[in-house]
Amino acid sequence: MEKVLEIKELAVSFKTFFGEVEAVRGISFDVGRKETVAIVGESGCGKSVTANSIMQLLPMPPAFYKGGQILFNGQDIIKKTEKEMQDIRGNKISMVFQDPMTSLNPTMRVGKQIVEGIIKHQHLNREEAEKKAIEMLDLVSVPQPEKRVKQFPHEFSGGMRQRVMIALAMVSNPQLLIADEPTTALDVTVQAQILELMKELQDKMDMSIILITHDLGIVADMSDKVVVMYAGQILEQGLTDEIFANPSHPYTRKLLASVPRLDMDRNESLHSIEGTPPDLYIPPKGCPFYDRCDNAMKICKDHMPDKSHHSNSHYSHCWLHHELAKSDTEGSK
Amino acid sequence: MKKYLLKRLGMSLVTLWAVVTITFILMHSVPGNPFAQEGKMPKAVYDNLQAKYGLDKPYTEQYAIYLKNLLKGDFGDSMKSRVETVNDMIERGFPVSARLGLQALVIALCFGPALGALAALYQNKIPDYISMIIAIIGISVPSFIMGTILIQFLARNVGWLPIAGWGTWQHTLLPSFAMALMPMATMARLMRSSMLEVLGQDYIKTAKSKGITKPAVILKHAVRNAILPVISILGTTISNLIVGSFVIEKIFGIPGLGRFFVQSIYNRDYTLIMGTTIFYAAILIIMLLLVDIAYMLIDPRIKLTKEGR
Repeated sequence: MEKVLEIKELAVSFKTFFGEVEAVRGISFDVGRKETVAIVGESGCGKSVTANSIMQLLPMPPAFYKGGQILFNGQDIIKKTEKEMQDIRGNKISMVFQDPMTSLNPTMRVGKQIVEGIIKHQHLNREEAEKKAIEMLDLVSVPQPEKRVKQFPHEFSGGMRQRVMIALAMVSNPQLLIADEPTTALDVTVQAQILELMKELQDKMDMSIILITHDLGIVADMSDKVVVMYAGQILEQGLTDEIFANPSHPYTRKLLASVPRLDMDRNESLHSIEGTPPDLYIPPKGCPFYDRCDNAMKICKDHMPDKSHHSNSHYSHCWLHHELAKSDTEGSK
Repeated sequence: MKKYLLKRLGMSLVTLWAVVTITFILMHSVPGNPFAQEGKMPKAVYDNLQAKYGLDKPYTEQYAIYLKNLLKGDFGDSMKSRVETVNDMIERGFPVSARLGLQALVIALCFGPALGALAALYQNKIPDYISMIIAIIGISVPSFIMGTILIQFLARNVGWLPIAGWGTWQHTLLPSFAMALMPMATMARLMRSSMLEVLGQDYIKTAKSKGITKPAVILKHAVRNAILPVISILGTTISNLIVGSFVIEKIFGIPGLGRFFVQSIYNRDYTLIMGTTIFYAAILIIMLLLVDIAYMLIDPRIKLTKEGR
């Protein structure tokens, strides 16, 4: 498959007063054309840092690229200047953020906020751009777009605002849309509509999506491929079907187990993963999940396992899949 | 909107009346009166003076007479100046003070918010330190010291500008600048902190993610949202500036309104105390109303009236 985005050994750190925080520690994955890749993991695992570093939207300093490459259509984004990035942002790569309530400028009319991006990238005059803004709102199914463009964000509901955000992101038919928890702040019923809309636009516009989420229900619904991140690293990666049918890393299994199910016994309490992720000021030498893993072994503490491939597309980092462990998968702590 | 303005106007009149009444009571409860200090004044002269200005009447009657004259727009005769009424003094002093004040305001508005914004954009870098040093100097150095320093260097040493006095526009520069420093510094600090807050907001990230240039992000998205705290202090700032400053007018020998505020109390010049206080209160009320309207124009989420909710 044609690759739109290839991330190779990307490492991003933050310099703070207390030392360096290694937020992303050498991750690699790629996104094909029209493909949807979901990045899952709990808060603070580096999902958003990864997303923002693709757009060069991290505040630098304190953030800095420590290593690796982000190849977009074969060109390394990390090496791009701010000016070159401005031609990519909102044009070839767009982003939709988590909270639509705070992501739109409260003192600017919605239409104008859309028009800005259109004028920047499409080189239309103001009148044409305004017409196009109305078309964009229509495209994302905002009713009465002619009237709505003249309104301010506070006159929109949460779901409608997220539609506006998507319209903003779509103005230049981007090749890649990065959606950073796009439905987390929305009602469940609205969530489905927004996801539906994103899928529809993906078909129409031939676009790839990176979907950042901690909601595995959405993952199953939307994505072709899943990247499971933990403490700045990828612990498991594979096609969505593979991940759900055959989760290979204990962390993935626990994530899946903690999804509430309708057929669950009412008296059964919800599953959660005990403990907290490691402190990234002093990232662990071994497997970062060691402290919280039921299957942890001695070797896990100090040695990070290599990739174990389960298929061409599916791999995980876990000693349980090492050849020597195969005979005795019931490891003990 | 019209209804709101009418309502506001009515409220303003009530406020003004309260100011009149409270000032009247306070003024008369302070020991002494306009003629008590004049030394060995024969009793008959003293009584005559009291009678001339109606001070021999009971307080309630004096109050009623004052209110009646006030409604006609008459602040009365000054009890100290033999030639001017209070209206004359305000009419003569206010244009001078207002001109100085407006110039100071323009200086403060041109540099204050800009310095603050610059400081925020270059947080913890050299521009930030320079602006904040200027701001701290502006806030902590009193205007009379600033005024004297300016006179010493720009007027005495190099002789570019006149030392004091009033007449040409050159005379207005030093005092305007001395007056502008304090509000400028306050605005710079307010702007810096609100700008820092705004720059961390999600919608700034959204704006950046659209690919528009950095200056556009700052000017179109950040400044408009960050300027609100500065607007909110503008009401009191403008009022204070345009009624004049006692200190500045004394140092630069300017025939403005500011000195009357202090002199009138010092002299127990009852009518002048009332006149200047009411005048200041009226200006303040108008400015605060204008600020509220400006707020509404800048931030569409703010509604002055209940309609449209």
